[in-house]
Amino acid sequence: MRKVAIYGKGGIGKSTTTQNTVAGLAEMGRKVMVVGCDPKADSTRLLLGGLAQKSVLDTLREEGEDVDLEDIRRTGFSGVVCVESGGPEPGVGCAGRGIITSINLLEQLGAYADSEHLDYAFYDVLGDVVCGGFAMPIREGKAKEIYIVVSGEMMAMYAANNICKGIVKFAEAGGVRLGGLICNSRKVDNELEMVEAMAAKTWKSCSLSMGWRVEQEEVSP
Amino acid sequence: MATMPEDLLVLDINAEEVKKELLSKYPTKVARKRAKQIVVNQVDPGGVVPEIAVNVRTIPGIISQRGCTYAGCKGVVLGPTRDIVNITHGPIGCGFYSWLTRRNQTKPPGPEDHNFMTYCFSTDMQDEQIIFGGEKKLRQAIQEAYDLFKPKAIGLFATCPVGLIGDDVHAVAREMKEKLGDCNVFAFSCEGYKGVSQSAGHHIANNGIFTHVVGLDDTVKAGEFKINMLGEYNIGGDAFEIERLFEDCGVTLISTFSGNSSYEYFANSHTADLNLIMCHRSINYVAEMMETKFGIPWVKVNFIGAGATAKSLRKIAGYFENLELTARVEEVIAREMPAVEKVREIVAARCQGKRAMLFVGGSRAHHYQELFREIGMETIAAGYEFAHRDDYEGRRVLPSIKVDADSRNIEELHVEPDPERYRPRLAPEGIARLEQAGIELSGYEGMMAEMASGALVIDDISQFETEKLIEIYRPDIICAGIKEKYAIQKSGVPMKQLHSYDSGGPYAGFRGAINFYREIDRMVNSKVWKYLKAPWQENPELAAKYVWE
Repeated sequence: MRKVAIYGKGGIGKSTTTQNTVAGLAEMGRKVMVVGCDPKADSTRLLLGGLAQKSVLDTLREEGEDVDLEDIRRTGFSGVVCVESGGPEPGVGCAGRGIITSINLLEQLGAYADSEHLDYAFYDVLGDVVCGGFAMPIREGKAKEIYIVVSGEMMAMYAANNICKGIVKFAEAGGVRLGGLICNSRKVDNELEMVEAMAAKTWKSCSLSMGWRVEQEEVSP
Repeated sequence: MATMPEDLLVLDINAEEVKKELLSKYPTKVARKRAKQIVVNQVDPGGVVPEIAVNVRTIPGIISQRGCTYAGCKGVVLGPTRDIVNITHGPIGCGFYSWLTRRNQTKPPGPEDHNFMTYCFSTDMQDEQIIFGGEKKLRQAIQEAYDLFKPKAIGLFATCPVGLIGDDVHAVAREMKEKLGDCNVFAFSCEGYKGVSQSAGHHIANNGIFTHVVGLDDTVKAGEFKINMLGEYNIGGDAFEIERLFEDCGVTLISTFSGNSSYEYFANSHTADLNLIMCHRSINYVAEMMETKFGIPWVKVNFIGAGATAKSLRKIAGYFENLELTARVEEVIAREMPAVEKVREIVAARCQGKRAMLFVGGSRAHHYQELFREIGMETIAAGYEFAHRDDYEGRRVLPSIKVDADSRNIEELHVEPDPERYRPRLAPEGIARLEQAGIELSGYEGMMAEMASGALVIDDISQFETEKLIEIYRPDIICAGIKEKYAIQKSGVPMKQLHSYDSGGPYAGFRGAINFYREIDRMVNSKVWKYLKAPWQENPELAAKYVWE
């Protein structure tokens, strides 16, 4: 199973990119699970046809500790398994701790077990990695490959650079590697050149063991 | 036979050499910092003592005696008040381990009166509250406590996770106070990680009580000589003994902060005419604020030690400038002293020349030196856990204390004279008269001025340093807290807890002094320490070896 985490600046198109990629993989016959790691719980909206499903944390809160895997998983487009971690409303509690709790629960319930025959697990993580909780998908070897969605806009590249710094830390401690940058074009001048230059520099400073690639996707608004 | 520790006592140890030895094991940066916190005392004729670096962060990795801000706020200051429901907002351990561990005692006036000290209230935060916020559960806890107990007041205490997830405890307090109507609800942002020690927690607690409670009840109670006792926490019944003396002298105690206290005493405390400060560290700022807002002067007292108790009682009488009071105070002292003297003489004969070390609190390391002196024991090293420079060097250094980022984190209240309640108790000529009579208002000379030159003064002592000192000095007794107790005893030195008094007390006042003399006599003259090694390890009666061939 390949475990992939998608990071990037808020609003850059992580969820859209993830879901389109996953849809493609599913159509190729792969078994994929998407874990949305965003308190807004909107990472699987497209795959589920607009259904806002009950999140792991909501379920945990209502059902107590006795949760079944089937309570928190929904099957979406082309058999994709969809899970939303969920979290508190803005301004209260600790969303980071929420991500940690829900990923732990998924593991306990055997969502990643061999019996599930997953080819891919995708984590779609909220905007900037603001605290330890949002780094959970790349800690302890949960996701091995990180892709960062970026555009030629300054703030998007700045966010991508910050996320790379976080990855370096975990790369030294565990097996996580930066898979590459995904450019979601915003039609900025010299966009491809800038992102390519950034990818080249990232490659050098991170000394990544895996290859990198720059993709340009057209995602309809 | 095993040798007694006394045999190992090396006289005339050079304290500077000891300091060097303590520092020699530390890395350079650590040694540089600790060098400023370990001082060889030197009292010059003007009472000026060397500067000591204190109230700074403990170096990570060093085993410190210090506690946390929450412990200082909930455990120390608010813990001894019997009729405020103190709810810990946090995981259960914070509430549980601050539950009556200081042996504060209390005596409600009647069986129907509130006493919540035997209860432990907590919101028992779980993962769910961390993730989704704990305000809802806190509101529920307040409502539940109110429905069950109908208290006059509820205090809310924030623990570390509350600060991290940003639950607004003050907003919840305001909301619930309004909702409940007849219950004063107030909150303390006393997250454990704030400040460098529990001292920050004392400050937060006292600021809270001053803001939300003091001045709420203007009833003027009967009594000619009305006082408050600040910084007395009634460990092992100390406050009971002091209260007995006040009563016999005809002094009316309006409120104690906070031993054997109640919410209503705090609310009424601004009607007193004099504030006595016992623990200077934990509460001197409250005395200052009460002076500014209500016009109540303060004096430093010490009821630890028979001599100090007599001196403090005379100070009160001197302040009120009343011959009748003075006569009664002298009568009480004359009545109490013979019993004290009788025990003192017997004990002093056995303890004379023995040596003590005190590493405790923010005033106890100072006050208890007096008790030891009375039985002929000298203090060769002392230090506080959480005191500030003025507690060591005296209030004269206040203007030169540097305010750092950690102290700025703790709110300083801006206080102005109360438009209706401000009433200066002393006219300028009265102040001058007291000064002439040798009654110092708003003064404290600190611990070091009363210690011998050449004694070691160590702030925030570490376990390593404690062990090293034991090795070098072999003191006859060490006074500290529970965390230090067993390591010290294991090295064969008697250890007396001065936070909880082990299971003893009271040690304040005249009867307390007798208790303490006897306790110290029992400890330092016990033969148990020579059995640290079993007799057969020292002196085998039979020596033999196995023969296998």
